[in-house]
Amino acid sequence: MIEGAIWRRWAFFYVPLTSFIVLLLFPFYWMVITTVRPDGELYRPWNSVNYNPFWTWHPTLDHIRDLLTQTLFTTWMLNTMIIALSATVISLFCGLLAGYALSRLKFPFAGSLGTVIFITYLVPQTLLFIPLADIIRNFRLGDSPWALILTYPTFLIPFCTWLMMGYFKSIPKELEECARIDGATRWKAMLFIIFPIAVPGILSAGIFAFTLSWNEFLYALVFLSSPEQKTVPVGVTSELIRGDVFYWGQLMAGALLGSIPVAFVYSFFVEHYVASVTGSVKG
Amino acid sequence: MTFTTVAAPRAYVGSPRRGPLTRLLEDERWLAMLLLLPTVALLGLFIAYPFVKGVMLSVTDARVGVPGHFVGLQNFVNVWNDGIFRVAVWNTCAYTFVATVFKLALGLWLAVLLNRHFRGKAITRAFILLPFIIPTVLSTLAWKWMFDPTFSVINWGLFRLGVIHGRINWLGDPNLALISVIIVNIWRGLPFYAITLLAGLQTISPELHEAAAIDGARAWQRFRHVTWPLLLPVTLVVTLFSVIQTFADFQLVYVLTGGGPANATQLFATYAYQIGIGTGLLSQGATISLAVFPVLLLVVIFQLFYIRKAEVH
Repeated sequence: MIEGAIWRRWAFFYVPLTSFIVLLLFPFYWMVITTVRPDGELYRPWNSVNYNPFWTWHPTLDHIRDLLTQTLFTTWMLNTMIIALSATVISLFCGLLAGYALSRLKFPFAGSLGTVIFITYLVPQTLLFIPLADIIRNFRLGDSPWALILTYPTFLIPFCTWLMMGYFKSIPKELEECARIDGATRWKAMLFIIFPIAVPGILSAGIFAFTLSWNEFLYALVFLSSPEQKTVPVGVTSELIRGDVFYWGQLMAGALLGSIPVAFVYSFFVEHYVASVTGSVKG
Repeated sequence: MTFTTVAAPRAYVGSPRRGPLTRLLEDERWLAMLLLLPTVALLGLFIAYPFVKGVMLSVTDARVGVPGHFVGLQNFVNVWNDGIFRVAVWNTCAYTFVATVFKLALGLWLAVLLNRHFRGKAITRAFILLPFIIPTVLSTLAWKWMFDPTFSVINWGLFRLGVIHGRINWLGDPNLALISVIIVNIWRGLPFYAITLLAGLQTISPELHEAAAIDGARAWQRFRHVTWPLLLPVTLVVTLFSVIQTFADFQLVYVLTGGGPANATQLFATYAYQIGIGTGLLSQGATISLAVFPVLLLVVIFQLFYIRKAEVH
């Protein structure tokens, strides 16, 4: 705690921290309040009198009902779920094996291969999306979930590998050596001794990979075109705006419901998540 | 009689139960190759191949569905002489620089605040990370609504506080649009800095601070001479990481302004999208998106140099 007078504690701690929290969370509050606010209250100019924007006395579920019944929102949710889960499973599988090989086994070019995977970790989607769109078209994967299931691992695998390498390094080598002395093959020692211990690391990587693929936008925007194939981020931003008209109640309802799976996963595994965020930049 | 269950020692090598595959996998090199195969295949197919393809596209005049011919460096010349591209270069650099400086400064401040002991610390930390984990486009939509020219809640607040008298057109005014977009970027990136720097702060032993305090160092001096040097490695890695992401940012600007008004917020990514996907000029778009590459290269070289140096120490 800060030493000294109470006013110092307020000036240097409570006030700044509270301001940070309010500013960081306000857009989410605004999302929620817009979702439950009737249209009549929503579209009142900001300088009209007797207008309290932060509260409503007439909450309504109309926007959510319209979103679920009159749009393809539920289809997008399902698409995103399938794509995010598949991409996560593929990436975890690859990242787990690669992470083990790179941190535990000695083979030629191990160091340089690790470096290459680290570099791919830094490659932004922006650099690749145009040629990749062409490749997806040539492979005839365009407008299908496979386009995303196969390309999302490109930014998830390097991350998973990186995280798992760090985790494997923290598991003592002796454990594996003991198993080997007891007659286990390398393969079995890896599968039955090391991987079970690495479960918390796998969980962290998996949660992070899931949220990353749920949030991905550019590839989904470019590779998918028909409305019923889209993911939540793309569907909400492109299909809920008709012509030039923004139906803000419905848009915010979509943004809110579309964030729930991620927020749900996050709320259950906060510690794992924080571990993976901080682990993602540790060398 | 408990000893009878212990199995007799078996010879390790050449045990009859081991097939040729098992023996092959006992060799570290073969096992490593097998384990790395899926990763190398996927990354090769969807990162290395597109990159090579992108470079090849940039020296042709390909469009969607038209393979195109070799045109040398014509695309690069065109892009260089393109007024909008120059605007995008300037915008992207300003966007990256300003946003990074603010994210770093505010993130560090927030991390220092969170590093204290107070009630509700865990839940505060959990909530603070929300802007980072909620899908960016969806939270950006909320910002777009908050920036709405007619119904802006920000304008309402500033008006009530007496700061402004007329309305502010946050996203429609060419002079303000880039600032508005930068504000949203800072809002989204700040938690990442705060949480990773907090993790860095927590590795610094409190005894160092106590020792400095006993020697008479004030709070600012302790931060300047104890915390900051120890935090520098984490700070560098986080910053470099975020610089690439910010430099290549797409979704935020795409949702808020689409690069407008009058290209005032046009970034490399949005411009490459507009040309390469919007108008179907694949080669030109690929050339523009390659503009991200030099920055990526610089950061990678710096990282490798830095990591190698750290390993030597």
